[in-house]
Amino acid sequence: MRLSLAGAASLVWLIAIGCMEQFSPKPAAATITLATTTSTQDSGLLEMLCPMFRAQTGIDVKVIAVGTGQALELGRRGDADVLLTHARVAEEEFVRQGYGIVRVPVFQNDFVLLGPPDGALSLNPPKSLDDAFGRCAAENLPFVSRDDDSGTHHKEKELWQSISLEPTFANYLRSGSGMARTLRIADERRACTLTDRATWLALSGEFHLRVIFEGDPRLKNPYAAIVVKGDGQSPARVRAAHQFIEFLQKETTRQAIQEFGKDQYGEGLFFPDGGAPGAGQKP
Amino acid sequence: MNSVPAEVWSIFVLSLGVSGTAVMVSCAAGMPMGVWLGLHDFSGKSIVRALIFTGMAVPPVVVGLLLYLLLSRSGPLGSWEWLFTRRAMILAQVLLDLPFVVGITMTAIDAIPRELLFQLRSLGASSWQLRCTLLSEAEPGLLLAFATALGRSISEVGAVLIVGGNIGGHTRVMTTAIVLETSRGHFAMAVGLGAILLLVALLINFLVACLQGRIAQ
Repeated sequence: MRLSLAGAASLVWLIAIGCMEQFSPKPAAATITLATTTSTQDSGLLEMLCPMFRAQTGIDVKVIAVGTGQALELGRRGDADVLLTHARVAEEEFVRQGYGIVRVPVFQNDFVLLGPPDGALSLNPPKSLDDAFGRCAAENLPFVSRDDDSGTHHKEKELWQSISLEPTFANYLRSGSGMARTLRIADERRACTLTDRATWLALSGEFHLRVIFEGDPRLKNPYAAIVVKGDGQSPARVRAAHQFIEFLQKETTRQAIQEFGKDQYGEGLFFPDGGAPGAGQKP
Repeated sequence: MNSVPAEVWSIFVLSLGVSGTAVMVSCAAGMPMGVWLGLHDFSGKSIVRALIFTGMAVPPVVVGLLLYLLLSRSGPLGSWEWLFTRRAMILAQVLLDLPFVVGITMTAIDAIPRELLFQLRSLGASSWQLRCTLLSEAEPGLLLAFATALGRSISEVGAVLIVGGNIGGHTRVMTTAIVLETSRGHFAMAVGLGAILLLVALLINFLVACLQGRIAQ
């Protein structure tokens, strides 16, 4: 009896192993690893793009969604073949240091400053970006920072620098978390926070937060794709990574990116770069 | 939304497959080690025991981080190309399970009175008969080792998140899916996955309790 029970347990396990293989995607011509930011995954953009790419080339893309800082580090160590990130200065340095072969701007959106609907900044809207950030610091308004070396965190540091302020006020909170969790913290703590428009549109239904300030040219959020140099032992993967970047720049792909999210949110989440004049601009 | 059940099913099966394999490997490797340690007395045994019990307290994220550095393409084992695969996840869970399997097995064998072994030997038991008696005496302990390892494996999140990468369809298991769905704000999905996880744990432990009950009779 004891044996039969143990046998049944082993059987369940064996079936699980068998099914596990069945659930593996069908073998692809090649597989590349894409390290990217959480915004491209959370918004669902990659869930649209990766199957398109696979249908055209037979190449499977494994997506690791992390912050930009970690994505660049994965590239530096050779653990990703292609990167899709949004921190221009850090990316250019990555390529300059010889870790990346090529960096191509692919699409962009913009950042928005969010805050509680009944907060000081909502009741008395700031006139400029400097005003908004300056008042957060001067009036010690709760502000949640990503503090995780992500693209959004890089942007936020840039903005504090651009108005020559050090965010050292008592209510400046460091979440050390991804975008969605940081939004949740800001929502619960009735704080301001900076986020990209794609994540905001995809998640805005769940929060009381509202847009406090938007539209400053400094709030642009350009995404770029980088082919990682790798160790030189896998030219096939580097070729596939190049193919992925070419795919992102194709007219049909750019149109798909442009249209992405319009049916669900009423406006586009990402605006492809290049092509027709004005196509890369936010309306 | 009709793809959700298929996705849940694949996550469930992946979890079971990865953790099941990890437990089998760690039991196959750890139980003989535990039996040997339990039977033999040598100087420094207390140090070995302290090390094993320390291994039980190692945080999974630390194991994940060390394995990541080892398996990274620029790490010493990079040529294996194991990073972000199920093999890496299984390896991480085996490393986490081993101290429990070895430690609990060793303690169970230790607990068997030495007089019993002397008696059996003096009654002329062959070494094979001796081994069988030993294992049946220690069986509740071995089952506990198995259940503990499975519990730790299937509920573990820190290490598999780092070395597996939480890739949908490839390395996304129940715990990492719960982390993802929580961060996305899909609490219903996260709670659902949590409930399934709990159910699996309940089922396994019920099975183990059944086995232990039979042994006690």
